[in-house]
Amino acid sequence: MEMVKLFINGKEVEVPSGTTILKAAEQEGINVPQLCYMEGLSSAGACRLCVVEVKGVRALVASCATAVRPGMEVQTHSPNVMQARRAILELLIANHPLDCLTCEKLGECKLAEYCYEYGVKESPYKGEKHSYPVETSNPFIVRDMNKCILCGKCVRVCDEITGQNVLDFTYRGFNSKPSPFYDDELVESNCVFCGQCVAVCPTGALTEKQMQRKGRRWELERVKTTCPFCGTGCNFDLLVKDDQIVGVASNPTSPVNGYALCIKGRFGWDYVHSEKRIKTPLIKKNGQFVPASWDEALDLIAVKFKEMKKKYGPDSFAALSSARCTNEENYLLQKFTRAVMGTNNIDHCART
Amino acid sequence: MLIGTNTTEAHPVIGYKMRQAARRGAKLIVVDPRRIDLAEEADYWLQIRPGTDIPFVNGLMHIIIKEELYDKEFVKTRTENFQALADTVKNYTPGYVSTLTGISEEDLYTVARLYATTDRAMLFYTLGITEHVCGTHNVMNIANLAMLTGHIGRAGVGVNPIRGQNNVQGACDMGALPNVYSGYQRVIDKAARKKFEKAWKVSLPDKNGLMIPEMFEKANSGEIKTMYIFGENPVLTDPNSNHIRSGLDKLEFLVVQDLFLTETAEYADVILPGSSFAEKDGTFTNTERRVQRVRKAIEPIPGRADWQTIIALSAKMGYPMRYESPEEIWMEMASLTPSMAGITYERLEEKGIQWPCPNSEHPGTPFLHAGTFIRGKGLFQAIDHIPPAEMPDEEYPFLLSTGRVLQHYNVTTPYSAGIQSMWSEEFSELNPENAAALGVETGDMIKVTSRRGTITTRIKVTDRVPPGMLWMSFHYAASPANVITSDAYDPITKTGEYKVAAVKIEKI
Repeated sequence: MEMVKLFINGKEVEVPSGTTILKAAEQEGINVPQLCYMEGLSSAGACRLCVVEVKGVRALVASCATAVRPGMEVQTHSPNVMQARRAILELLIANHPLDCLTCEKLGECKLAEYCYEYGVKESPYKGEKHSYPVETSNPFIVRDMNKCILCGKCVRVCDEITGQNVLDFTYRGFNSKPSPFYDDELVESNCVFCGQCVAVCPTGALTEKQMQRKGRRWELERVKTTCPFCGTGCNFDLLVKDDQIVGVASNPTSPVNGYALCIKGRFGWDYVHSEKRIKTPLIKKNGQFVPASWDEALDLIAVKFKEMKKKYGPDSFAALSSARCTNEENYLLQKFTRAVMGTNNIDHCART
Repeated sequence: MLIGTNTTEAHPVIGYKMRQAARRGAKLIVVDPRRIDLAEEADYWLQIRPGTDIPFVNGLMHIIIKEELYDKEFVKTRTENFQALADTVKNYTPGYVSTLTGISEEDLYTVARLYATTDRAMLFYTLGITEHVCGTHNVMNIANLAMLTGHIGRAGVGVNPIRGQNNVQGACDMGALPNVYSGYQRVIDKAARKKFEKAWKVSLPDKNGLMIPEMFEKANSGEIKTMYIFGENPVLTDPNSNHIRSGLDKLEFLVVQDLFLTETAEYADVILPGSSFAEKDGTFTNTERRVQRVRKAIEPIPGRADWQTIIALSAKMGYPMRYESPEEIWMEMASLTPSMAGITYERLEEKGIQWPCPNSEHPGTPFLHAGTFIRGKGLFQAIDHIPPAEMPDEEYPFLLSTGRVLQHYNVTTPYSAGIQSMWSEEFSELNPENAAALGVETGDMIKVTSRRGTITTRIKVTDRVPPGMLWMSFHYAASPANVITSDAYDPITKTGEYKVAAVKIEKI
């Protein structure tokens, strides 16, 4: 692989040819702000926040979309760059509701994070503001286009990862926004509710409906686990507060799926807290299920299992194990069936 | 090449990757009676008649052998019994195969040449291949095709069955099967049995147990008296549910352990509350044999996790099992299972490990059959057409096929309030031609009857399905497809023929 030498903030850096300035800077541990860039998606160069100064080049360049060249001299945080970034942020918030007090995304909002970092409190640009109605017509995704900064990540992720191509930019200029065909709501579109767009949205424009007012992002404990639905084996983080699951977040370190999930993995977890869950053992008495203590239920089962085994022999017993449960539980149930009940009558739904 | 897998709906994230590959220029061949989403992305969509997979694959092999496009070196060094295969597929001329499958001769030629001459060609299938009376033979024939063309045992090729459930691979690996202990060590093998007897300090039965359909046959006949059903709902998910219900009814004692009061749990004498994946530590093994961690996020809602319940019951039965954590269970299993001996929870932290992983230095195995097959040489099986057990006739003129839809996962997601609020009832698919003749429109209710029973369902009129077919999911208790599915089984695996049954349709 051909290597290229360049200078970033005065320090000599060597990276493979074709690397972007952004990646080269990140490799050196330099934090370059970015709203529209994401690893794994094509570069749009839309937000301009990642601009850097390159010696001999008159305009600032978007580091996410510019490849390194030999001998290039790059400044990532020069006064010119800092001023430009502040101006960009001022322009972005000129038409962005500053209702951070109640915004769902606060804590994970990249716009708020950079405004804090660059000391941008309000915009000197006073002009027209959007007043789109907030879309809440589906059970999974809240769309508040007033908060959209047109980074286009939702459009790219829908095209490049899910391949559903539901979202694209509609209208022009000030009225431009990402939306389904005909500017319909998501429920009217071919949206498969994978939620990839929500996972990559850097602002409060797209948020999870199930998580509304369930907790601030920094209050949520993240527990990485494996999806309980199909056999793909996606990983994600369960977001937990006060012993309750409040949502699912993509975990990009997942070996199988990266950011990607489907409707079931991202939004189907709420069966865990369904009111229909059985919470205590139940014993059938006169055709009715009656709540019982664990000891009472397990004692009854043990007596019955022993009695039946004695009366009819071990092979009168059969166990169905579960392709939904863990390896450890499946191992235990086959051990129980074989070692305790004395039969090999154990199977599960692999065949049915 | 995808045969009998609706990947974007049943395994969405794998479906995304297939779609991405197709858009990057990979050739995509979709073989499916339905015009599934990936048919839209495909270079070739072959609308095969249900139950004709064997003649289809034989037809491809006929062309590949006749045109000498097969991998002669691979066939010579890695396989045996080639001549028997060649003799059988000789009869499957493109003309004959086209008549049986409904696929044009031209498409057969194009696809056979494309698959055989592409260096890195992958085959994928799911239950569209296995849920037939000839399921085992379908799978063996797909293996024939991969071996014939040398498309096995290296990266980017292979026979890829996509496993349906989060841990169906793991449940098999752990020995939740009537003929094997963990790691597929046979219960009839004396040495294996002795090893487990020594570890478990108990004498073990020496003959194979019953498979699920046999269990329910024997429950019906009165030979099985007691059952312990852990995390399954056979009333909704197994074929011919009336037969399952009558079997459960005849049991003298039934224990069901589940999250919900399911249709199956209704029959129980005692119900033990189960714990969900979020309430326990452990591992799942995915379709690529990757063992990955499941981590406890909340306390078990009924007070104890399933593994604790099984241990408590075992203690009451006079056989205490001493494990403080799922990790200790894993370590015992791994110590008795050569193919997993090198896997520890610590090693799973980052990216999981694909078994076989025989020791602590082994990195795991991303693909199988490199260099050699388990039996040594790959054995070609000459396989002739086996038609479905029940085909449409005058009385039952429609072919019923079943599967999953994107928004639901078997019988769990109806308990998700969000999903249920948008997709709360069945919409069976019926072709416009048939709908017009029956005088029904999208949203209408119909009555569907087979030789096993009758159900009602709403319909969606769509040309996703060919004329003569009714397609249903099996997610909804109000339209339980498995009341009417076939009771025919693959004789080897006892897998039901969910994909083909004969039904009649009446407007309500």
